[in-house]
Amino acid sequence: MTTAARTAPTGPAALQRRGRFRFGDSLLYGLTLVAGFAAVVLLILITWKVLAGAKLSWQTFHLGFLTETTWNPVTEVFGAGLFIFGTALTSIFALLVAGPIAIAIALFLTELAPPWIRAPVGALVEMLASVPSVVLGLWGILVMGPWVVSTLSPILSTLFGWTPFFDGEQTVGSSQLSAVLILTIMVVPIVSSICRELFTNVPTELKEGALALGATRWEMIRGVVFPYSRAGISAALILGLGRAVGEAIAVTQVIGAGTKISFNLFSTGDTLASKIAASYNSAGTNLERSSLVYLGVLLLIFSLIVNVLAQLIVRRVARRQQGRT
Amino acid sequence: MSVQADPGYSLSSERLRRRKVVNRIMEALATLAALLAVAVLVIVVASVVKKGIGAINVDFFTQTTSTFSFGPSQSGIANAIVGSLVIVFFAILMALPVGILAAIYLNEFASPRMRAPLQLALDVLNGIPAIVVGIFVYVLLVLGSGQSALKASFALAILMLPLVARSTQEVLALVPDALREGSLALGAPRWRTTLSIVLPQAVGGIITGATLATARVAGETAPLLFTSSLVGNEVNWNPSHPLMSMPYFIFAASEQADPGLQEQAWATALVLIAFVLVASTIARYFGLRSRRRRSGKR
Repeated sequence: MTTAARTAPTGPAALQRRGRFRFGDSLLYGLTLVAGFAAVVLLILITWKVLAGAKLSWQTFHLGFLTETTWNPVTEVFGAGLFIFGTALTSIFALLVAGPIAIAIALFLTELAPPWIRAPVGALVEMLASVPSVVLGLWGILVMGPWVVSTLSPILSTLFGWTPFFDGEQTVGSSQLSAVLILTIMVVPIVSSICRELFTNVPTELKEGALALGATRWEMIRGVVFPYSRAGISAALILGLGRAVGEAIAVTQVIGAGTKISFNLFSTGDTLASKIAASYNSAGTNLERSSLVYLGVLLLIFSLIVNVLAQLIVRRVARRQQGRT
Repeated sequence: MSVQADPGYSLSSERLRRRKVVNRIMEALATLAALLAVAVLVIVVASVVKKGIGAINVDFFTQTTSTFSFGPSQSGIANAIVGSLVIVFFAILMALPVGILAAIYLNEFASPRMRAPLQLALDVLNGIPAIVVGIFVYVLLVLGSGQSALKASFALAILMLPLVARSTQEVLALVPDALREGSLALGAPRWRTTLSIVLPQAVGGIITGATLATARVAGETAPLLFTSSLVGNEVNWNPSHPLMSMPYFIFAASEQADPGLQEQAWATALVLIAFVLVASTIARYFGLRSRRRRSGKR
């Protein structure tokens, strides 16, 4: 090496090179910065545009839209009441069924199963989440529907016939019950994969401590695993609820587009998302189209709240765990 | 809540037996739940294969769909396959660069204070229902000027973006800092370090993430209803027209009572599910392998 090279490079060539370097850096920085903000821009744009699309309906119905239960294109009276009810009923039932199953699967995969079983079974459960919803819906009407009518609904009717939810029997394949079952299938893999991660992160020394004190495996789970991951489990359930509320296609295929509010799961119904999906090619007037977008606004607001809430919980849990290790 | 160390707890054999029985029941229930989930997957896949395989032949891939309700059942889905390819291709083209660049910003440039809200935005975007994204693109682009495959691609790209960005960010975070420091110490500028040192290290993981995201959106129907559903029966590669797609065909055919169309829907579902499951299984396998290799190195 010569002495000239050891001193700081000077002269126009070096300056130009350094300048180009800086230009390359700021170019990449600028490009990635724009891309990094793409999600923020999209969120704002989605909110703004969907709100703008619902303006006409908002000016006509205001908040009365939420409680109005008719959807009549002829008289041009539109309301979301029926769909809000249907969404709440199906999602809550789906979560009631899916929650315990998903947590049980996560427990099986983290605490019970021998190691060689964990990976394949875990992969299969996650694969359930990647079955396209339209395929699940097709299966829901043509295979599960008839089975629900012939086998499941008589059983539920005899067991729980005394509740308003399972009164009488189901006669056609489409029903709110079918929607609940399909939503359950979609929610289970999501909740179980989050719970699985949570349970893996429970410190081994706590678990071993409980077992060493003579606790059975279930007592260890109840005494250590659940309390340790309580916040995370609630976040997982909230995310599952968000998924159930937002699912449109499969629910449209199996719920039967009912027009009456009914607590009976054997009867048909409709949800916010499924109403939008079912009306994609039938919305005639501007007011009806705007009212469909209004339904979308309700879904959007709900999913924003649910996701921000769940993500904040997830982040708090992660921070707490980082602090401990 | 903690386990109580009651001295009489384990001394009483009656009580001990009850605790063991409860434990056994709970273990059995957990095993049953896992079996149930696997059984549902097997039943769904088996029904699709059983009901769809009969309609799959050469014609199925070369003929086009027939008009609903009075079509002969001997036709195919060539136009739906082409449409799906076009729509998904352009969705990848839009989502992949933006997603990867966003991940580079989050992992290489952003300060922690910047990173947290941007990640939150990606995760929240990921949670927005596909039907709402469809409605958004409908209001933004379709109202007034009509449907097209490109608009459908844009909707799918919105769904892909957070998946690509988050998975890329995860693999970028695994690239050891020593490599970056080594490159910078040799005098390479930041952009050069990022593009020639960091990205090549992560390329396997990026492809895995992109494949999983593609498999996920290839089966999406909701965003297509408002953006690419007024479709004809001819094969068309032009993305400025609304195009038939496999998910939309299944959706439309599943609402018809015609058994011929239903069989076609099953066969299309078989093609779609085969693509989705094979793609995501391969991606997962390679993702797992590269992760194992990397952790083995350390």
